[in-house]
Amino acid sequence: MAVNPVRKFGPVPLENFSNGVKALLVLSDGTVFEGKNFGAEGKTIGEVVFNTSMTGYQEILTDPSYKGQIVAMTYPQIGNYGVNAEDIESLGGPKVEGFIVKEYLDFPSNWRAMRGSLSDYLKEYQIVGIEGVDTRALTRHLRDTGSQMGIISAKDLNPQSLLEKVRKHPGIVGIDLVKEVTTKEAYPWNEGCWKWHPDSQLPTPNSQLKRVIVYDFGVKLSILRNLVDAGFDVYVVPAKTPAEEVLDMNPDGILLSNGPGDPEPVTYAIKNTKKLIGKKPIFGICLGHQILGLAMGGRTYKLKFGHHGGNHPVMDLKTNEVEITSQNHNFCVEVASLKGQVELTHKNLYDGTEEGMRHVELPILSVQYHPEAGPGPNDATYLFKRFRELIEKTHG
Amino acid sequence: MPKRTDIKKILLIGSGPIIIGQACEFDYSGTQACKALREEGYKVVLVNSNPATIMTDPEMADATYIEPLTADILEMIIKKEQPDALLPTMGGQTALNLAVELAEKRILDRYNVELIGAKLDAIKKAEDRELFKEAMTKIGLDVPKSAYVGSLKEGLEAIGHIGFPAILRPSFTLGGTGGGVAYNMEEYKELLERGLKLSPVHQVLVEESVLGWKEYELEVMRDGKDNVVIICSIENFDPMGIHTGDSITVAPAQTLTDKEYQRMRDAAIAIIREIGVDTGGSNIQFAVNPKDGRMVVIEMNPRVSRSSALASKATGFPIAKIAAKLAVGLTLDEIPNDITRETPASFEPTIDYVVTKFPRFAFEKFPEADPTLTTQMKSVGEVMSIGRTFKESLQKAIRSLEISSYGLENIDVDTSVIKTRLKTPGPERIWYISQAIREGMGIQEIRELTWIDPWFLYNIKQIVDMEEKIRSYAKGIKKKESLSLAPYLIPKELLMDAKWYGFSDRRIAELLNVEEADIRHLRRKYKMYAVYKIVDTCGAEFAAYTPYLYSTYEKPFYKSAVNSQQSTPPLKPPLATGGGGGGELRTPNSELIVECESNPTGRKKVVILGSGPNRIGQGIEFDYCCVHAVFALKELGYETIMVNCNPETVSTDYDTADRLYFEPLTIEDVLNIIEVEKPEGLIVQFGGQTPLKLAVPLEREGIKILGTSPDSIDRAEDRRRFKELLHKLNLKQAESDTAMSVEEAICAAERIGYPVMIRPSYVLGGRAMEIVYDGKSLREYMKRAVKASPEHPVLVDKYLEDAIEIDVDAISDGMDVIIGGVMEHIEEAGIHSGDSACSLPPYSLEKEIIDEIKRQTRALAKELTVVGLMNVQFAVKNHDIYILEVNPRASRTVPFVGKATGVPLAKIAAKVMVGKTLKELGLTGERHIQHIAVKEAVFPFDRFPGVDTILGPEMKSTGEVMGIDKDFGRAFGKSQTSCGNRIPLSGKIFISLKDKDKPLSVSIVKKLLELGFSVIATRGTALYLKDHGLDVEVVNKVTEGRPHIVDFIKNKEIDFVINTVSGAQAQKDSFSIRQSALQYGIPFTTTISGAIAAVNAIEMLKKKQVNIKSIQKYHKGK
Repeated sequence: MAVNPVRKFGPVPLENFSNGVKALLVLSDGTVFEGKNFGAEGKTIGEVVFNTSMTGYQEILTDPSYKGQIVAMTYPQIGNYGVNAEDIESLGGPKVEGFIVKEYLDFPSNWRAMRGSLSDYLKEYQIVGIEGVDTRALTRHLRDTGSQMGIISAKDLNPQSLLEKVRKHPGIVGIDLVKEVTTKEAYPWNEGCWKWHPDSQLPTPNSQLKRVIVYDFGVKLSILRNLVDAGFDVYVVPAKTPAEEVLDMNPDGILLSNGPGDPEPVTYAIKNTKKLIGKKPIFGICLGHQILGLAMGGRTYKLKFGHHGGNHPVMDLKTNEVEITSQNHNFCVEVASLKGQVELTHKNLYDGTEEGMRHVELPILSVQYHPEAGPGPNDATYLFKRFRELIEKTHG
Repeated sequence: MPKRTDIKKILLIGSGPIIIGQACEFDYSGTQACKALREEGYKVVLVNSNPATIMTDPEMADATYIEPLTADILEMIIKKEQPDALLPTMGGQTALNLAVELAEKRILDRYNVELIGAKLDAIKKAEDRELFKEAMTKIGLDVPKSAYVGSLKEGLEAIGHIGFPAILRPSFTLGGTGGGVAYNMEEYKELLERGLKLSPVHQVLVEESVLGWKEYELEVMRDGKDNVVIICSIENFDPMGIHTGDSITVAPAQTLTDKEYQRMRDAAIAIIREIGVDTGGSNIQFAVNPKDGRMVVIEMNPRVSRSSALASKATGFPIAKIAAKLAVGLTLDEIPNDITRETPASFEPTIDYVVTKFPRFAFEKFPEADPTLTTQMKSVGEVMSIGRTFKESLQKAIRSLEISSYGLENIDVDTSVIKTRLKTPGPERIWYISQAIREGMGIQEIRELTWIDPWFLYNIKQIVDMEEKIRSYAKGIKKKESLSLAPYLIPKELLMDAKWYGFSDRRIAELLNVEEADIRHLRRKYKMYAVYKIVDTCGAEFAAYTPYLYSTYEKPFYKSAVNSQQSTPPLKPPLATGGGGGGELRTPNSELIVECESNPTGRKKVVILGSGPNRIGQGIEFDYCCVHAVFALKELGYETIMVNCNPETVSTDYDTADRLYFEPLTIEDVLNIIEVEKPEGLIVQFGGQTPLKLAVPLEREGIKILGTSPDSIDRAEDRRRFKELLHKLNLKQAESDTAMSVEEAICAAERIGYPVMIRPSYVLGGRAMEIVYDGKSLREYMKRAVKASPEHPVLVDKYLEDAIEIDVDAISDGMDVIIGGVMEHIEEAGIHSGDSACSLPPYSLEKEIIDEIKRQTRALAKELTVVGLMNVQFAVKNHDIYILEVNPRASRTVPFVGKATGVPLAKIAAKVMVGKTLKELGLTGERHIQHIAVKEAVFPFDRFPGVDTILGPEMKSTGEVMGIDKDFGRAFGKSQTSCGNRIPLSGKIFISLKDKDKPLSVSIVKKLLELGFSVIATRGTALYLKDHGLDVEVVNKVTEGRPHIVDFIKNKEIDFVINTVSGAQAQKDSFSIRQSALQYGIPFTTTISGAIAAVNAIEMLKKKQVNIKSIQKYHKGK
């Protein structure tokens, strides 16, 4: 080739890669990763989990289910397309406790990107990030040892004291995180899913809107948007709203939303759900599915390192079709513990775990995964239609 | 769903010879399909005309036909084999088109053969752009404005509403041949006319230009239960307007948000369903407007493709293998993922690295061709690389290309030139981009010139900035001191950052003005080693069992030594390599760990170095040999370790070798692997020049090279030593000399006497080789040749005019020598052996000559103590035998010899190289065959308008075919049919010859007339023939007024063109004849020897029908 290496001195480099602010990630088992800080400076503690989605970091950051957790992305390049005003799963900024990436890229490129980079966004909401970490080694470590607590620190770089701090932290098992992310006030919702060209692809206007009450345990906005698209009149209520109050509103159906952490400490939700069962059609998603399981007298169990990604195959046991799903959970409902009240409707083809159930008599269905995607494939959005059909069948 | 039991035997069609746009990726897919179908218990009948493929190995199918890929031959095979089904989606466009033809001619119906994978309707819906457009509109997807036109008139109407710039795409052509972009009416008319001619259905799609839009591809799979999964997304670095085969591409998509990606995914799923591809893989291309995100569907390939091969290698998901299983009724959830074992194939791979594909071009072979990259594919090969970041994978890809570039080197040109090169994309654009950045051009400005996404440009800027930082340490370093100064060359942190960015040692050394080895030693001092990560389809979520590895540099982590309450077991990485970047903060007792997943075994093992990107002169033949080496050594119980960077090949299939390192073939990258694996030895003989170049430096590092010693290889390669060798054996060589300067070359040529053949040493494929007739052209040549290979001298050989050239492949264990095959070239010596047709066994040589050639071959092998393969090229002139060259390694003809004789030469050679004797392996003598096999070369001339089709010492062919039959005539005829140069059996033959060839033409023309042809000739040739009493018509040359010969060709009045020329002026004058023959698809030959062979074939084909016979039957009982 005609490229001759001729030396010529160019402009002085603009950025200095080696001289970023150093940061540490210390896991509770004493493993220490060094990297560089991005986003906010400071310290943050949370349960360290990984997510294997290659796109959708903004949705992940703003997903309230990640409350209490520090997310490590297995995809190594993050920040590429910046952040925008639309791809959020909750209002009020990111919900994760911290963010771990292999390489953070500070020059976003996308036609929808807002001014400012991902790092600016994290700074604005005081979220600490660390980059330069061998996230694959971290993931393998978490896979082998299970999820554990960790701390990211940008200024205090003493691994010993950081380790002590993380070990002192009580952890998130047995803690009610829902109360931290649920809405304070009830509110109506009427925005549909993101479409490239809103005019051309409006959802078919449905004259027969069905009213659904959404229990917000940390609901992802994509659930609300999908409900709108499926022809629902959506009303969101705080997690602690008594069942009676909800029944007084006389909705056509109730959705128990996703949310962070362990379902067992969310006792009020379990109690309320018990009262709703048999009264109204119910659709549970993720934490909502677990709460439903507990309310019916079943058990939940914790997975070793959870499911966090956008590529898990789930089989619909009725049709034997496979859908590729968005997943984000650490706990599972042990369907067998429900002793015949429900039938298993969906199964994870990776590890065989329970992914969905349906009550054998009552109009109740629920899934462990995320049919609303955000991020992840839209293969399972049919479930919102199925919920509507269930309501129509129930109410005639 | 269980697999189908109503079908038992499946016909598979290969893709034929390697051409631009259709390379060895279809050997990879075909081989996978054969294996997968037989694994499920089906019988496989395979047809492919390309002998240099693994798929045509007799073990791969139940019946293998190396026959022309035409409907009539296929019908004969179908009639004989009675298959139940035809799987048309594995052999590229060739197989798909042939399947359509077989279906439309009702041949499939007649013999009750079912199309599986994709039905006729689906193929047509995907391939016919008008139907495709309708289908897209039906499912609400956007497509560029377009019109299908069948004439110039229709075209002029259509352009009115489409507007300029407009893109033209002729229907049913390979790799977009004949397509282009028109910016004005003149260009439009020109392109339209060419497109209409090239399209077999005379239709051209004129489309709204989406030039500069972002280009994406999705690889989609669907099973019989309608489960659909996306295997991989690919984002093109080069925007719309450059053929995806010529674009740098990156997986996964980098600049799409999840919403935009899911929208594309949903569209892809809707498309595969609407088109109705039953089962298997498809490739769908999209364009996205960077300004507002408008997404349009560009096209769909309802079959496995180059991109699906790339996607398979990029993700570890074997698309072709799975597609074959889906075609027989299995569903995705029933097929396990080989890599994780526990999970099914019904998932979408997620990757935790970045893959870059970089095309390899061969414009140096076609200086007359326009190197501007357009919608018509021009690259001849590609490399793929894997890194943890785009920067790393890009830099690894660059050094994988083997174009003497080890990074984004500076280019010393004017800013105006840079701007032009940014605007007009050529193969070196990325180097110009880096130079533009170096000279301070802004990212926005570069974007406006190139339309490359700024994200990619910023990444390049980071690389350039890092270079500047490294270079700032270069001041102060004096070359001679560098070794002793090594520890202080560059700080550890900076070196780590550079390696993190994918910088090669060599590039860092260049920036610091030191030797590559200095950086290697410095890294060792810093304990900074490459680590290996696994391609596992799942982002480490599950354990992976397949050692498919790539290198990277990672910063270390450690266990804090304080208070360790044993809450979790201590971390035990498979292979902890200490060291790495700045670990100043760690506690004194903590151990730094850089996780490496290579996990080498303690087995006896051999590393086989592959052949890198396909290029002219080094293609699939060498990959074939490497794969055979793997198979052979596995049989002997060795662990085989493959190193290669070509995603199209069988060698880089993760289940070919026991362990696969997808890595560049440079000294640095190979040494890193050897340090980890510690193999017993290395095989460099099989991968062509690529690994051979590494033999000496690797041996210097103390690594054992198996087989023939690098010194013996050098004795054959080094002209002076070679001369001594021949002298010692009393063998004859055309007079030759070696020259280090222009003056030396002139002296040598004058002493030897013109014409001389001149070339640089140590090259494959006759790169920069030329025949010169006088001092002036010699001087001109020297200017170019020295640039071609600066480190090696130039060779001057007497050119033996009109000699017969012979190729011999032999094998030796150091004691016995067995001849694999003696091949007589059809074209005379002086035409590159890779471009020449040849016959095995020889068709015209006397026995005594052949015996003497064999004797000389044996003597050479013994003298060089060859252990493994050897290839010798001879020239025979007036009963004198001259040795042209000796290559003690695998040659291009090894697969052909294997297929023709049934002796797996490469496999035996590999076994010999690890110590087996030929006797032990049961090879005691040469195998004599009762049939004739003819190899013919296939050229990419139709891709490079303006390039002459005249053959010469510079190799220009991209691939080869084999014709096999009972006699030479029929075998040669088949070989011509297979390479698209079908010899006519009646009609009008045009002949125009150089004076020297005229005497030989008398018998040719006489025979043609006897065979019922009419002959038309240019004046001089006609006069000569008339003088010899032959009745030929006269036609004007183009310079002689109209109607002239080109008019005749365009009017399709000519059925065969015989045109030989000598001298530059004559060549120029007759150029349009050859060009129009090429353009109008008229068979032609440019050598008199080719004409003789053709007439021979015509005579035979008129008398007897061709036979079809499987390779298994040809070699039965041997």
